[in-house]
Amino acid sequence: MSALSCDTLLESRARRRADADEDSPENFSEATTPRPAWAAESPLLQAEHVTRLFGPEQGCQDVSFTLYPGEVLGLAGESGSGKSTLLAALSGRLLPEAGHVRYHDGKDWLDVHAVGESRRRTLLRTEWGFVEQNPRDGLRMSVSAGANIGERLMAQGARHYGKLRQAALDWLRHVEIEPARIDDTPGSFSGGMRQRLQIARNLVSFPRLVFMDEPTGGLDVSVQARILDLLRNLVRELKLSVVLVTHDLAVARLLADRLMVMRRSRIVEAGLTDQILDDPQHPYTQLLVSSILKV
Amino acid sequence: MTLQHELPSTGMPGYNFAYLDETTKRAIRRGLLKAVAIPGFQVPFGGREMPMPYGWGTGGIQATASILGLDDVLKVIDQGADDTTNAVSIRNFFKQVAGVASATRTTEATIIQTRHRIPETPLQNGQILVFQVPIPEPLRFIEPSESETAAMHALGDYGVMHVKLYEDIVRHGRIATRYAYPVEVNGRYVMDPSPIPRFDNPKLHMNPALLLFGAGREKRLYALPPYTRVVSLDFEDHPFEIPRWESACAICGSTESYLDELIVDDQGTRRYVCSDTDWCETRAAVGEKTT
Amino acid sequence: MYVAVKGGERAIENAHRLLAHKRRGNPEAPELAVSQIREQMFLAVARVMSEGALHDPGLAALALKQAAGDLVEAVFLLRAYRTTLPRFCGSRPLDTGEMRIERRISASYKDLPGGQRLGATFDYTHRLLDFALLAEGEYPAPRMDAPPPAASASAPEGDAVPHVMHLLAREGLVEEAGSPNGAPVSAPPPDITREPISFPAARAKRLQILARGDEGFLLALGYSTQRGYGRNHPFAGEIRIGRVDVWLETEELPFPVPTGEIEVSECEMLNQFVGGRGQPPQFTRGYGLAFGQAERKAMAMALIDRALRAGEYGEEAGAPAQQEEFVLAHCDNVEAAGFVSHLKLPHYVDFQSELDLIRTLRREYLNAQTPGPRPAHADAAHGEAHDTLEETHS
Repeated sequence: MSALSCDTLLESRARRRADADEDSPENFSEATTPRPAWAAESPLLQAEHVTRLFGPEQGCQDVSFTLYPGEVLGLAGESGSGKSTLLAALSGRLLPEAGHVRYHDGKDWLDVHAVGESRRRTLLRTEWGFVEQNPRDGLRMSVSAGANIGERLMAQGARHYGKLRQAALDWLRHVEIEPARIDDTPGSFSGGMRQRLQIARNLVSFPRLVFMDEPTGGLDVSVQARILDLLRNLVRELKLSVVLVTHDLAVARLLADRLMVMRRSRIVEAGLTDQILDDPQHPYTQLLVSSILKV
Repeated sequence: MTLQHELPSTGMPGYNFAYLDETTKRAIRRGLLKAVAIPGFQVPFGGREMPMPYGWGTGGIQATASILGLDDVLKVIDQGADDTTNAVSIRNFFKQVAGVASATRTTEATIIQTRHRIPETPLQNGQILVFQVPIPEPLRFIEPSESETAAMHALGDYGVMHVKLYEDIVRHGRIATRYAYPVEVNGRYVMDPSPIPRFDNPKLHMNPALLLFGAGREKRLYALPPYTRVVSLDFEDHPFEIPRWESACAICGSTESYLDELIVDDQGTRRYVCSDTDWCETRAAVGEKTT
Repeated sequence: MYVAVKGGERAIENAHRLLAHKRRGNPEAPELAVSQIREQMFLAVARVMSEGALHDPGLAALALKQAAGDLVEAVFLLRAYRTTLPRFCGSRPLDTGEMRIERRISASYKDLPGGQRLGATFDYTHRLLDFALLAEGEYPAPRMDAPPPAASASAPEGDAVPHVMHLLAREGLVEEAGSPNGAPVSAPPPDITREPISFPAARAKRLQILARGDEGFLLALGYSTQRGYGRNHPFAGEIRIGRVDVWLETEELPFPVPTGEIEVSECEMLNQFVGGRGQPPQFTRGYGLAFGQAERKAMAMALIDRALRAGEYGEEAGAPAQQEEFVLAHCDNVEAAGFVSHLKLPHYVDFQSELDLIRTLRREYLNAQTPGPRPAHADAAHGEAHDTLEETHS
């Protein structure tokens, strides 16, 4: 892959999507939540009774859902409710003790935990992204911003220095980092810039599915707003599917199309974000919503 | 290099032919065979303590000891030269414990043990070049964990290798790696060619000789069988380049060999001579005959 | 025409002759006999045997003499010799419960079955130079006609003394050891000298590496756990030094054969553990063993063994002593000394490459300082970028 301009890659993505539409599977019917408008396409990710417990009600259990292309699914709940465990299980980092996670790669359904380390790593650096809460965990702190962005492309075989730099410059612009910082290491960046760099590093390969673990956690409110704004635009522009873990319902309201509320390892309520936030049914969700509305 | 169970004793009472006992040699040869079967793959082996310090060529010495036969002719070079102290020491060791013939002429040797160079004289099929390797893991300085680098090799997850070269260009305007320049072997494994100057990298590609690599301290063997494809990693717009000298060798006048810089007086006057002493001597001898 | 310096062979020969002279020292002083080293420098002999991974006091003493007292060099000599020894068979695990005790102390109990026995120790000596030892030959030798005092104390030599750990294990207060003492092990244990280590390593392999590990390195790392870098609350449950039998198991004979006895130092550390992960609260343990009288080594080893087990107990493992790859890959002094010393070898070729690069880069740097066209690679924006701080938060 030597052609790296965003346009070319976007085109190829669009083509890939079009191909994928032709063989939509019929086996997976959606039961738990109403099927939204964009769900005309075939699903991208399917969780079935995913369970991983470290103790009674610690971890996640019996989680099922379906994620469609272009959809942002929020996972809300207080800390310790099992959100991060679920995210780790969904992204293949953690082996569930029961249940399955399946991903549709455009051709076939893959069992995320059965495909093997090699395929999983390839997914994680091509079609998937993972945005860590702490950008230190998701960046190479000792190499330049440009190399951080270029790494995925190099791993995919890009071998043209000039084009790698061009892609890095484009992406720095996309995430609103001054392109002149391309040769600086993330160590000299502010927290917000690091987080935006991490986003660029993930999105440069135009992933179809991005996992985000509290992407705005640990940032100042004003910085948060800017990143949320950026994410919202990128998600629309690139038609990303996202599984977003957040304890902050305001973040969910802004980004998530659909929301699942977790408490003590279980999903207690799931549905369209607006519906849940405007008319919460479960007492715990009501508590969460009322606490945020007071702010 | 045929295996003989009863090898004649050779001047060193109390020690087996070529120092190692036959069982150990066989174990090392098994490792070498595996290495040949999977070019560029690092094979762990039960490395032994040798009577030379780790880091002084114990990996190469064990590989040489395990393949050495009575009719072999051994050449040992360090920095390209037969007369550097460590080369002398290793050659003497094998003279002592194996009593094999030694040579300084590249063309006469059946086995050449080397540190940091590949001879300038092209090797022939049938010859074996044994490299001494300090750190066999090309990913080591990017990823210190052994478990992680093993996974990266297994999965061909080599993106970080180019990250390093990219950073070189960012900082220096060029790929600044001058020796131990990483290569891709047979389209599969990324390999450290040992700290040879990158000048020597092209000699790895499709070499008719068998190239064996031994890392004693790190207990790894790897190999390039004859005629293996070896590509030095680079970028399309920053291709791999071989350094060239503006000067010629002060002894033989060679302009195509790797040159060592010498400081010949207190004023810092510099002279250049071939690092490959056999190449230099052979050329100088021919030159004298013709003039 | 310039002629490169030759004669490495001669130089080496001369250096070795010089070394032989220096080793002998002033010929007016009597030459050290190997037997003197073996008998009178037995602690150095013990260390060389442990780290040299070969129990042979005579050869260890020879190595010490040949190395002119350089312990790491002596260890190296012994290791290199070890390589040439054929392997006939393995021994049964040493039964330290049957040890003929010379020294046995527990910091956990004031009194216990078998009693405390100080044995020959530097402990409680005042570290005052004893100038009486200066008087060679005339110094009154210890009275050899009377039996050494320790043998007459509590239990007579030869009585087996139970391990402190067994007393605790009876109550379930301490985790069980991997394999019961003395019982034959069904599968042969791994051998780090035959198969190279891979990570994560089994505890048996870790202990083998630690047993050969450099005492200074292990001591410093063990010490670091006490100072909070991977603290594991140790008690010296038991330290015992004495002689144990070595039994060989050969393929030819259906029964084990005794081959003699060796002196070893064993340390069992008791470490705090509050339970969790489905295990009841109990003490955990760290284990150390070394040839001869070497309790500092055994104690340091036990501290690190326990530190390296952090993962087993779900403990946070961030301290150096808890990093398996770091500890095991760097504790062998033959490997470490070799690789550090190899920096003395010629690196002309690599250095030449670096020299060329630095000259080129310097030329470019200096050109860039003076007005004129900049080298192609320098990005126009680079350098100025630092002035504009894009974001002031955080």
